[in-house]
Amino acid sequence: MNIKQTASQTVGPFFHNALIRDGENNLVNQHTRGERIWLRGTVFDGEGQVIPDAILEIWQADASGIYKHPTDPKHNQADPHFTSFGRAGTDKNGAYWFYTILPSARTTTPYINLRLFMRGLLIHLVTRIYFADHPSDPVLNSLEPSRKFSLIATREDNPDGLTYRFDIHMQGELETVFFDV
Amino acid sequence: MSKTIQTLNWSIQPPHLYPPYVSSIKRAPNHALVPLAHTLSELTGPVYGHSSLQELDNDLTRNAIRNGEPLGERIIVSGRVLDERNQPVPNALLEVWQANAAGRYIHLRDQHPAPLDPNFTGAGRVLTDKTGAYSFTTIKPGAYPWSNHHNAWRPAHIHFSVFGRNFLERMVTQMFFPNDPLLVFDPIYNGIPDAAARERLISHFDMELTQPQWALAYRFDIVLAGSLSTPFEQDGDDDEH
Repeated sequence: MNIKQTASQTVGPFFHNALIRDGENNLVNQHTRGERIWLRGTVFDGEGQVIPDAILEIWQADASGIYKHPTDPKHNQADPHFTSFGRAGTDKNGAYWFYTILPSARTTTPYINLRLFMRGLLIHLVTRIYFADHPSDPVLNSLEPSRKFSLIATREDNPDGLTYRFDIHMQGELETVFFDV
Repeated sequence: MSKTIQTLNWSIQPPHLYPPYVSSIKRAPNHALVPLAHTLSELTGPVYGHSSLQELDNDLTRNAIRNGEPLGERIIVSGRVLDERNQPVPNALLEVWQANAAGRYIHLRDQHPAPLDPNFTGAGRVLTDKTGAYSFTTIKPGAYPWSNHHNAWRPAHIHFSVFGRNFLERMVTQMFFPNDPLLVFDPIYNGIPDAAARERLISHFDMELTQPQWALAYRFDIVLAGSLSTPFEQDGDDDEH
């Protein structure tokens, strides 16, 4: 017999001790296959103020489009030097960054899954990060044209390497699309 | 691989906008969430195993000792992580965090004038076993004031972050204690629309789990959303990655 799911509650403001570990926003090492990217952005509230107490979790395929998980039939071929999962807290300026690779997609446009937690959210939010160089995708194309841009990370000049910016707006004209998964 | 059943049950889950919880007002999205068919990226997620943990991670009374034992009432918190089909979720990673016995967190932004405990950081981790069971030892947290409204106090609680078998099962919640008079005033707890769902966040005192001359005990079970909307059979693969 089925049983009822547990209700969510907010992470609150005091999660850093338990959830933020050094290095968890770096998904690669020197042996990882794939094109390195910096992924960075800022999280804004409905008044345009930065949100310094958010936590972002990303989950993505490796350079061959494989997810390191038993449900992926190809998981035994997943890159052992790629963690697929990353976690970052926003700093006092609302900014976060990850160092990862451009995911390769076996069947669709490459994207990164993003899960967002913060003080003020009683339950997390889910979105996807697409890339400006690969802007066509069935999910993207199903969105209102005026909102589609909110899921596309933009190229940014950075002497340290290929960089994409993905800002998150909780409300307002630039409000990010969030999914009910 | 499209799905027809929603993962999150919105008659149980709190809404993003709940104005009595003031911080939600500027942070909850205004647009409705967009339904998304599940793909491999939602049906996979990080896999954890015993190599993910250190020896004292599941004992918050010992994992931060500097010059003595932490102050307060020692408790054991135990329970099971299940899915909505009432099946155990093995190898779920639980990360827990909480205030100390005086209601103070180790955090720069916690300004509550209550003492820090030099021997308690209030953070721990534990993995469920094959039956979905977990257990950790800690100190009963204190209630603390916050600035949501005049004379606002959070009921004593322990935060839980849970990684289940895939991205759909990921969840964060809070465990409360029985008979806490602050619960009826708490806009975070009361943001949950369903009374029975709220009550399921209250742990149960369990005499069987207490340890004589050592610790009281509370039981708290967690049910992860996701299994009813997952088209795949989970294969219980124990591989660590």
